[in-house]
Amino acid sequence: MRHPIERRLLAGHLGLVYLFLYGPILVLIVLSFNKSGLPTAWTGFSLEWYGRMLRNQAILSSVGNTLIVASVSTLIATSIGTLLALGIDRLRPSALLEGIVFVPMIIPDIVLAIALLSFFTLLNVTLGLHSIILSHAVFNIAFVCAVVRTRLRHFDKSIIEASIDLGASEFRTFRRITLPVIFPGVLAGALLAFTLSVDEFIIAYFTSGAGSASTTFPMQIYAMIRFGVTPEINAVATFVLGFSFLLILLSQRLNRGVTP
Amino acid sequence: MTKTGELVQRLVLLGPGLGWLALFLVVPCGVIFAYSFFLRGIYGGIDYVFTLENYARAFDPLYLSIFLNSAKIAALTTALALLVGYPAAYLIATGPRHRQVPLLILVMLPFWSNYLIRTYAWIVLLNREGLINRALVDIGLIETPLPLLYNEFAIVTGLLYGYLPFMVLALYSSISRLNPEIREASADLGAPGWRTFLRVTLPLTLPGIAAGSVFVFVLSIGNFITPDLLGGGRTVMVGNLIYDQFLSARDWPFGASLAFLLIGLMMLLLFAQAWAVNRAQGERARA
Amino acid sequence: MAKGAFRFSAAIGAAALALTLTLQGTPVAAAEKIVISNWDGYMPPDLLERFTEDTGIEAELSVHATNEEVMGKVTAGGGRGYDVLFVSSPFVEALANLELIAELDHGKIPNLENLYPEARNLEYDPDNQHSVPYAWGTTGLCYRSDLVEEEPDSWMDLLKPSDNLKGKVTMLATDRWLMAAGLKALGYSVNSTDPDEIAAAKELLIEAKHSLLAYDDTTFYSKLVSGEASLVHAWDGWCNYGIAENPAIKFVVPEEGSDMWVDTMVITAASENKDAAHAFINYILQPEIHAWVAENILYKVPNEAAMESLDPSLVETYPNLGMTPKELMQKEQLRDLGRAQRDYTRAVTEITAAQ
Repeated sequence: MRHPIERRLLAGHLGLVYLFLYGPILVLIVLSFNKSGLPTAWTGFSLEWYGRMLRNQAILSSVGNTLIVASVSTLIATSIGTLLALGIDRLRPSALLEGIVFVPMIIPDIVLAIALLSFFTLLNVTLGLHSIILSHAVFNIAFVCAVVRTRLRHFDKSIIEASIDLGASEFRTFRRITLPVIFPGVLAGALLAFTLSVDEFIIAYFTSGAGSASTTFPMQIYAMIRFGVTPEINAVATFVLGFSFLLILLSQRLNRGVTP
Repeated sequence: MTKTGELVQRLVLLGPGLGWLALFLVVPCGVIFAYSFFLRGIYGGIDYVFTLENYARAFDPLYLSIFLNSAKIAALTTALALLVGYPAAYLIATGPRHRQVPLLILVMLPFWSNYLIRTYAWIVLLNREGLINRALVDIGLIETPLPLLYNEFAIVTGLLYGYLPFMVLALYSSISRLNPEIREASADLGAPGWRTFLRVTLPLTLPGIAAGSVFVFVLSIGNFITPDLLGGGRTVMVGNLIYDQFLSARDWPFGASLAFLLIGLMMLLLFAQAWAVNRAQGERARA
Repeated sequence: MAKGAFRFSAAIGAAALALTLTLQGTPVAAAEKIVISNWDGYMPPDLLERFTEDTGIEAELSVHATNEEVMGKVTAGGGRGYDVLFVSSPFVEALANLELIAELDHGKIPNLENLYPEARNLEYDPDNQHSVPYAWGTTGLCYRSDLVEEEPDSWMDLLKPSDNLKGKVTMLATDRWLMAAGLKALGYSVNSTDPDEIAAAKELLIEAKHSLLAYDDTTFYSKLVSGEASLVHAWDGWCNYGIAENPAIKFVVPEEGSDMWVDTMVITAASENKDAAHAFINYILQPEIHAWVAENILYKVPNEAAMESLDPSLVETYPNLGMTPKELMQKEQLRDLGRAQRDYTRAVTEITAAQ
């Protein structure tokens, strides 16, 4: 490291950023073990809320629904959005195109929600998890596309031409040259899409079917919040966080096993 | 490459994305756009009488002042997110490769819980009887609790918290593209670190800065939950305004006119920003 | 790295799929099944289970957070998939006029006769043509009797609070109830469509904003319990949730009068199981079931037999449960505003945007 002092300062800053990000998370984890139902005072340790959570089928199935919606819409949006970014990069700048990929980011959720529900109703599409996925992909495609495009600026395209001139197939060129260059963008885009989808509830509420089979976690929480955040809700959030953390650890382990 | 080859390639790259957006964005929203030229029925719903009244109503100082105030809050949030997020993204993106993904995922992990739950955690932290105020009073720093909640400070804090990760992601994507050799070469030539940063790193990461800023700005200006919960409903933002027209007033035509004016205005801002970034980069390239 | 990311998303996807599959189990084939949309926690948790046991009709619960939300969804989607909706009175009027809800067949709801006579003929829906009342009540002031110096009895105690209450009061944010506080304080109707009256109420509410802690529709009672607020604008039934936590909390209807709201059950026009939907409404109206509802949600129900069978100690703890239909009828019923809704929304926007 060339500038150890600078890097140490940066590391200190990063530490503070993590503190900021995890402060509220710590609060919600602690509250999930609080005996009292109101988040006003600590009244003693209790695991009661976890028991209640495990008996609350509606909440648990909504968590499952959210994970399905978020992961599938992320997969769709990441692949389509990446292709779109590559395609736009090869065209001459066009205001219309820029507009079309920008609108999904800025359009108010409620407008997209009502528009899509009216559209699905008109076409007699049955509503369910699939219609939420289709809808979430709309804004996710735009976000992924925007992130990937930041990688494509100043990307030296002559490498691609050279590779093709040397006889490599286009697919091979994509896998060996383009993908490694844009990969951090694709990864960042996928994380962004997943995060947006996990939290979105207005579009999800409107495009979900009636009944609990396609109720997502944010919809459930939004309805439950009438009574404030009970420790039960905090218990679910803690559980979801713990579950994601384990998955990440696991995938890191697997990953290390394959690529040294 | 042959002409047909090029056409096929474009179709493969652009087809799915543009098709998806045409089908699930342009067509459905086109209908809503059309609504903006009709009247609200007596009980909600649409009265199919052509009118420009909705747009005339939208040009009202009340709505303009709401837009300006929201833009101010969103811009402040964006600037803070950039200041806080850039150094963090820089450290992650220039660190050892095997640590990049775990560090990045650690930034995102809190955001896989739930927006409302996290917002309520902030209420627990910030309210008058809350943890921060109690801690400050206990250590004797203040005597009476500070008004940390139900004001614009709380809104900006909440929005910054909610959207900082998106800034970090966009910047990470852009910074990790930088060749370490460029920085090293500049340093070898005796340039001090900050100079290398200003002259080399910053200009090359402008696309990431631009993208991250757009994310934070548009997500903040459209948010309606944070102003309600952390702002105590005392501040209206554009997001609340449009949400209320569609759901509380059940006035879809007027809500649509406000929404499309917002979209138009934001597009203008975006093009202005893209133009400025291009120009800045063009000048750098020539210099 | 690429493989890791792929594996990660695949792992999440697989785990989620497994989770839902195990939770959903195999659906039981039933002859009839209805979907009900209600607020979360607004009926006993095992009510639907008991309904299925007693009638053989499957019932599924879908939750909505607000009237506005479910109204928006039913308007855009035509109400497909839903059979019974729980919505508040002004929305019944709008839904009926938009032909989104069905006319009720009274022959299939014999238990209608258990309702108080007052509940059979409400202004927003005479003769229960489209809706059946589920719970009713009024709006007023909910306060900590140990934290206020004088017991409040007027809307002005909320809108122009004494110095020790400044910054310790909250108001409801939903347009109709926020405006009602201002209109009633000035002696006007909660359904006023007179622009001058609306403007006067708006001015009063903008002034009141300076002494307000926050607008709050959901957690006002926990603010009372924590002492963050001392006096809040609240629905009677909801104040009871505060009383349950702290007996020093009391409820009062201001002397200038207040609104009367009714939460109702309606059947969507799109319902394909109208018989089963009628059967559900009829089931709720049984005295022992409706009394069970009242005890569970702590709201008054408009069912005479049910209210008479209520445990007297409950009324002692939660005095507003004892309010008679006669007393309720003296309050003003909320009606749909028609074209004047626009003026209300604008007034509320001006209030919340005021600095």
